[in-house]
Amino acid sequence: MASMAAASRGGAGGEVRVGLFVTCLVDLFRPSVGFAAVKLLQDAGCIVDVPTQTCCGQPAYNSGDRATTATIAVQVIEAFASYRYVVAPSGSCAGMIKRHYPELFADDPNMLRKAEELAGRTHELVSFLTDVMGVKRVDAAFDGPVTYHDGCSGLRELGVRDQPRRLLGTVRGLDLVESRNTDVCCGFGGTFAVKYGELSNSIVERKAATVVESGAGTLVAGDLGCLMNIAGKLSRMGSTMEVRHVAEILADMTEAAPIGAPHHLKD
Amino acid sequence: MSEARDTVLGTIRRSLGVTGREAPRRDAVEGRIAAARPGVIPARGQLPEPARVALFCEKAEASAATVARVASAAEVPGEVARFLRDNNLPATLRRGADPDLAAMPWGGTTIDVTAGPSDGSDINGLSRAFAAVAESGTLALVSGQDNPTSLNFLPDNHIVVVAARDVAGDYEAVLGRVRDRYGKGTMPRTLNFVTGPSRSADIEQTLILGAHGPRRLHIVVVDD
Amino acid sequence: MTIHPTSPQFKDNAHRALEDRDLQKALGHVRQAFIAKRAAAAEALPEFEALRDSARDIKQHTLENLDLYIEAWEDKVTAAGGHVHYARDAAEAREAVLDICRRVGARTVTKGKSMISEEIGLNQAIEAAGLVPVETDLGEYIVQLRGEVPSHIIAPAVHLTRDQVEADFRRHHTHLDASRDISSHYSLQAEARGILRERFLAADVGVTGANFLVAETGTSVIVTNEGNGDLTQLLPRVHVVLASIEKLVPTLEDVGQLLRVLARSATGQEMSVYTTLSTGPKRPDDPDGPDEYHVVLIDNGRSSMLGTSFEEMLRCIRCGACMNHCPVYHSVGGHAYGWIYPGPMGAVLTPALIGVETAGHLPNASTFCGRCESVCPVRIPLPKLMRHWREREFERHLQPAAVRGGLGVWGWFASRPKLYRLATGLAMRALSIAGGNRGRFASLPLAKGWTDYRDMPAPQGATFQSQWKNRRAQPKRAA
Repeated sequence: MASMAAASRGGAGGEVRVGLFVTCLVDLFRPSVGFAAVKLLQDAGCIVDVPTQTCCGQPAYNSGDRATTATIAVQVIEAFASYRYVVAPSGSCAGMIKRHYPELFADDPNMLRKAEELAGRTHELVSFLTDVMGVKRVDAAFDGPVTYHDGCSGLRELGVRDQPRRLLGTVRGLDLVESRNTDVCCGFGGTFAVKYGELSNSIVERKAATVVESGAGTLVAGDLGCLMNIAGKLSRMGSTMEVRHVAEILADMTEAAPIGAPHHLKD
Repeated sequence: MSEARDTVLGTIRRSLGVTGREAPRRDAVEGRIAAARPGVIPARGQLPEPARVALFCEKAEASAATVARVASAAEVPGEVARFLRDNNLPATLRRGADPDLAAMPWGGTTIDVTAGPSDGSDINGLSRAFAAVAESGTLALVSGQDNPTSLNFLPDNHIVVVAARDVAGDYEAVLGRVRDRYGKGTMPRTLNFVTGPSRSADIEQTLILGAHGPRRLHIVVVDD
Repeated sequence: MTIHPTSPQFKDNAHRALEDRDLQKALGHVRQAFIAKRAAAAEALPEFEALRDSARDIKQHTLENLDLYIEAWEDKVTAAGGHVHYARDAAEAREAVLDICRRVGARTVTKGKSMISEEIGLNQAIEAAGLVPVETDLGEYIVQLRGEVPSHIIAPAVHLTRDQVEADFRRHHTHLDASRDISSHYSLQAEARGILRERFLAADVGVTGANFLVAETGTSVIVTNEGNGDLTQLLPRVHVVLASIEKLVPTLEDVGQLLRVLARSATGQEMSVYTTLSTGPKRPDDPDGPDEYHVVLIDNGRSSMLGTSFEEMLRCIRCGACMNHCPVYHSVGGHAYGWIYPGPMGAVLTPALIGVETAGHLPNASTFCGRCESVCPVRIPLPKLMRHWREREFERHLQPAAVRGGLGVWGWFASRPKLYRLATGLAMRALSIAGGNRGRFASLPLAKGWTDYRDMPAPQGATFQSQWKNRRAQPKRAA
């Protein structure tokens, strides 16, 4: 019912074809987030497809390797050329495509046009659901207090802040509690977390302390990078706080073990 | 020296890809300096006089100054005497040659008023502000014999008299008056914008008043 | 003569900073106070964002016409009876100041807070010339007693605790009664006030920086809360202003725009206590003020930044908001950056001034969280400029071989989607099995920087793409 209403709003031609940019971290580490994203998009009335893909190129871009980044970006631009929208369950990867692909091709008018065109169609998952598809509520249940961490790119590059909180507010049984400093970085920063491990650790220590202090039993965010970092710190600290991607909760797909918790191997 | 000047300007021009002789650039720069356009002026201070003066007083107090309003210049000495008494300060005052300050009836108080700049031994200084800014509770003081700049900084307590009609909404209005007084492109040696008494938070971000300048700033607004 | 950079040892510096309990206690004040105050000040002014645009545009316009604004400004300084000294580099700047000091027979030189003075190493030069430099900003004074440089561009002693300052005062102020009580913040400040008041009155030359130089009037502008900058320039016979070339602005009105964003961004004040506009020496009938007014206009590498992608950095008005909001600065403080300018602005400016070979760590030691850019009053895209430095390093093969090699392998696969899918499919399966029932790794040889400090969540198993492909390959069933 909700999906039919959404489809009639979102699709001028009746059919909203979405290419899912699954992100390399979700693809490799936590496919369940990808399937949750697919469900949310389908529930909103989208037809979802997943073209063959690797990564948005951000690790190369932030390491100063523009040539490799451009090669990867060209691939992404081609792979997603035919979709009405491109949606990523990550503010960081969506931000890379929306904000940085055009920068990357600033000196190449032909590619710049394509990059800008793709940027215009690309969205972070939750803000796509609310702002483009007009989703106002989700059909999901979750027990207990949850706190939300704002991933830096989603927050500052894409303005994702209220949208996930609004949808989480419609999850039955979920009690959203705010942590202090939700807009402060978790210290992940991609390769930074490995290259400057000690420094990254000191930042995530403060982040872990603030989310624990919130009293929530579960931490959610829209970016798997942040989540793996915070989850890794929480488990090293011996905390029992569970960590999940926001899409899993909104899609009511929480059967997979939380991030970093023991899980059964699926085949 | 002139070699350094040539190198610095030369490198700037090379980096910018200009010669410095381009007529459009020169016109743009001259035009901009000549026009001295105000930019974004906050609506906050754009008020009719009574509300503007009230905002000034509110903002000055928020900056830890104390403010008193008197109906006329004749009431200033009495208010200054009260301030000194209430704060347990000696009845001495150092002021400049400002004729408005000199004309006030100091004889009706027991304050020992002397005139001239401060050599650092004065406990209390008295100045008349050139203008004030409602937007942020800021005083504007200009250097000269009338109101020596040393009085703004050396005495422990600085008392500043400002006429209500001199309270402007914004800095730009004050800068316009400075231009009217001194001529376009010319300035007094010192124009001090003062917002509250001296302070520092350099030790553990703990704010303490009276770092090097006055520990107290008392503003007397004259309404007539 | 300028301080020797320890930026190449950034990781060691950071390690020591993280282990330093006094520093960590002191940094607690930065993490909260500055941020809340700035946010409140920005919130209270509806025009704040428009003023940021205005501030950005003023600085950008001035940079694009910097040659002409410098000439216009110089004419006005001269017309007001002041003197302009151009300095191509730090050595020329130091020499210009020392020349003035020698000519007037100076013995004591008081100083207002000036980062460019730190950059050119002026105190050491003054001492070497047999004169006494006296820092008068409370934080700078403390830092000078300790033989350090500021750890923050507006709060020089923010890395210290009250206890440390008390110990420093007791160690240096030995002429005072040893049993005196200086346990409170107030008593420490009062003691410094007393000592520095004598120095102010005794000084022969006063050196200040400049927040702005105004082309319209030849005016220099300083902004302080303590009033030390004013006593520094008011009482001695000679006032010397040190200013780098990017301090120029066209008009007094432009100063008004910049002032509205400066204090709000820095300390959350609407205005700093003292904003002082100084033009030339004292006038014939002025009862106080300096007999001489000099400006040493310093390039020291900045003119070469114009016309490059780093030009935008020259918009910086030194408010410190970027470091106040930086998670890396919050962790290690300013000294770890290893030179004069810390935090995000330092991570961009330092490589431009001392070379990316020396300062290469600084633009790399960032998560690119973007909070600095989000608060910068002149909208400098700090993460983008840090990324530009990384690009320069990459082009010049300055990065560690392991990083470059790892990235190369990853890039090779990431550019070949089919191969990537196959390889990652196998790798994740293997990694998932290795992760076993715990769901995470406590140690991974290739990611020690990660697993030394936190666990690495294990992959769930088959990749999303392989699962998606398998699902599509199966005949569809009705739901």
